[in-house]
Amino acid sequence: MIYFDNSATTKPFPEVLQTYVTVSEKYFANPSSIHRLGGEVERLITKARQQIAELIEADPKEIVFTSGGTEANNLAIKGIAILHEARGKHIVTTEVEHASCYESFHQLEKNGFDVTYLPVDRNGRISVDDVERALRSDTILVSVMHVNNELGTIQPVQAIGKHLQQYPKIFFHVDNVQAIGKVPLKYKQSGIDLCSFSSHKFHGPKGVGFLYIREGVSLSPLLTGGTHERGLRAGTENVPGIIGMTKALRMILEKSRSEMNQMKELNSFVREQLTTMESVFINTPKENSAPHIVNFSVPGIKPEVLIHALEDKEIYASTKSACSSKSKAVSRILEATGHDYERASSAIRISFSFENTLNEGKQFIEVLTELISNLKKVMR
Amino acid sequence: MIYDHIIIRYGELSLKGKNRHIFVNRLKETIKKKLKPYPDVQVNKTFDRMDVVLNGEPHFQIIEKLQEVFGIQGVSLAVKCSLDLGEIKETALQALKEAGSEVKTFKVTTKRNFKQYPQDSQELNHIIGGFVLKNSEGITVDVHNPDVEIKVEIKPEATFISCLDFPGAGGLPIGAGGKAMLMLSGGIDSPVAGYLTMKRGIRVEMVHFHSPPFTSERARQKVEDLTKVLTRYGGTIRLHVVPFTDVQQAIKKQIPDNYSMTIMRRLMMRITERLAAQNDALAITTGENLGQVASQTLPSMHTINEVTNLPIIRPLITMDKLEIIDLSHKIGTYDISIRPYEDCCTVFLPSAPKTKPNRDKANRFERNMDIEQLIEKAVENTETVYFTEADEEKKDDFKNLL
Repeated sequence: MIYFDNSATTKPFPEVLQTYVTVSEKYFANPSSIHRLGGEVERLITKARQQIAELIEADPKEIVFTSGGTEANNLAIKGIAILHEARGKHIVTTEVEHASCYESFHQLEKNGFDVTYLPVDRNGRISVDDVERALRSDTILVSVMHVNNELGTIQPVQAIGKHLQQYPKIFFHVDNVQAIGKVPLKYKQSGIDLCSFSSHKFHGPKGVGFLYIREGVSLSPLLTGGTHERGLRAGTENVPGIIGMTKALRMILEKSRSEMNQMKELNSFVREQLTTMESVFINTPKENSAPHIVNFSVPGIKPEVLIHALEDKEIYASTKSACSSKSKAVSRILEATGHDYERASSAIRISFSFENTLNEGKQFIEVLTELISNLKKVMR
Repeated sequence: MIYDHIIIRYGELSLKGKNRHIFVNRLKETIKKKLKPYPDVQVNKTFDRMDVVLNGEPHFQIIEKLQEVFGIQGVSLAVKCSLDLGEIKETALQALKEAGSEVKTFKVTTKRNFKQYPQDSQELNHIIGGFVLKNSEGITVDVHNPDVEIKVEIKPEATFISCLDFPGAGGLPIGAGGKAMLMLSGGIDSPVAGYLTMKRGIRVEMVHFHSPPFTSERARQKVEDLTKVLTRYGGTIRLHVVPFTDVQQAIKKQIPDNYSMTIMRRLMMRITERLAAQNDALAITTGENLGQVASQTLPSMHTINEVTNLPIIRPLITMDKLEIIDLSHKIGTYDISIRPYEDCCTVFLPSAPKTKPNRDKANRFERNMDIEQLIEKAVENTETVYFTEADEEKKDDFKNLL
């Protein structure tokens, strides 16, 4: 099997699963219970929070555990909007955000907010100048993803964050879900106020993630109840998930240091090969893109057909974002980059992990070449 | 990164006259222990400072560690080069370039310990400054208020060049001044009092009064966590956990409500004094602060103080609460201190404690109790645990999970 769909989700590390099982068995007590068992679990969570904080160079107070990336994005965007709407109801974002942000903005629009969706260039990238031009006196939030989940394009979040430091009243949210472990980011130094993470994108368990909230930033909780997570997110902690995620984060950052070259090699090999194929167009920009994503179109062939044909050969890839791939035929992201219908509706995304090898890349190219030539004959 | 050295400068230590070597040796020991996790670093003592040779170890982490060591006035990141003037110029330029992109102005200060060097300090300032100016863009000289001061120290064996300075923790090397017992409740004040005592070179041992089941395991955990944080500044620290339930119950039974707290504090003092004697400590440190709560009025302190003639160190005595809170944030104990678990002082808190107790009455009430037996039992059953900064990691039972 060749698993090239790591942007949809990753396979949990065996060590992480081991932790998950041990924690579920041994540390099952409710961390809010006042007895010793509860106390132990609370200590475990404290330790995990500390470790995450160290790994992303933040303070433990700045980490809020959530049920995943979608919740982290929702909490950041709506949490800021709800608490600070008296100061202004304008938000700046991009046309290419993940559905969990995009739909949050739509919802806010229905509630009287004004949202500016910045256009992107051919590469799917916005510019710092566009952000500056979009700012108004009533802007309270700028939200930009770090790495685009379909294209792998890296947005200039560092430059935007630095620029926004002139506007201390505007909050800056970064959806970092696709980037962690692949594209480094200095959160503190880049003027980022809120940053979302999802465990299952870096070989952790599903159903857990976290939001970095810079000290001094206040927002409204979305889930109310007990005083978990300092009142920002009620609900009994997903303890095995949190501990598993913490371990996965440590491991992915270690691998990111030791195995990045292998991934880059695989990436450039696949890109080179795809470039030589006549009927294939690469959508992922060559410069300033994440090393784990290659998006390409094969106009004339329905991407679903290609996905299923690959799957017959035990190769797993995606059409577009898994979260929106069941909705409509054209990719909203590729449309935004200005590609024509043919190309925007025939995109395939392959996405790597540090476990993928150059050999798998070679096999993939072989199979793809053969499939395309066969399918072309049939479709004609 | 061209920086390969850290220069450690002493503060007050240099004033210590003939005892100076004792303080310096203490400091060196502390630094060596502190840098144990970095096996490749090398610490060298010279006459007026210490040099840490990095040998490739991460400099910013090491600087952070050194900033927790008392007795250090400041540290500088430095690079060592030969005495060749060409190399000195080139190195100074590199050092400035790596000092950060925000640097706009600089000046050069040369110190020439090696008096045989052909050029004197003034000439060297000109030569090096001129070279740096010519070979960099957008940077000018400002001798009065520069962003960066390039310090060039010419010694007989080599040249040291530094640009980046970091403040140290100040104070005196830990252990140079003997030992005190710190009464650690778990609140905001006592850890800060411990920190400030250690800052003057005094080692502390913690005394915590534990009253199960009235106080929970988590209250004890809190005190252990606070102790762990303080090992950053104090190295190995002993924590004495005194079983206090019997004492509190006896007080509840035999002492009028409004004097119960005064008597409780007097018993704590006596027990701590006993532990001090056992552990060769010559003083007691508390987080007391004038006027903050009932036990901290002057009449109250007067009444409580009667039971011991050990010196009582009260570093916070005249500080405002907000100053104390600021410090507790700075030393990293605040977030632990505010965990909401009751300690033995709050569990039996009377509804109206006496704010003006007096010694006569306290002595009279105490006659109803078998004080000596209560103290002896508490001291005998005291449990002692050690905490060391270095093996904090090792002891951690969650290590494999995370």
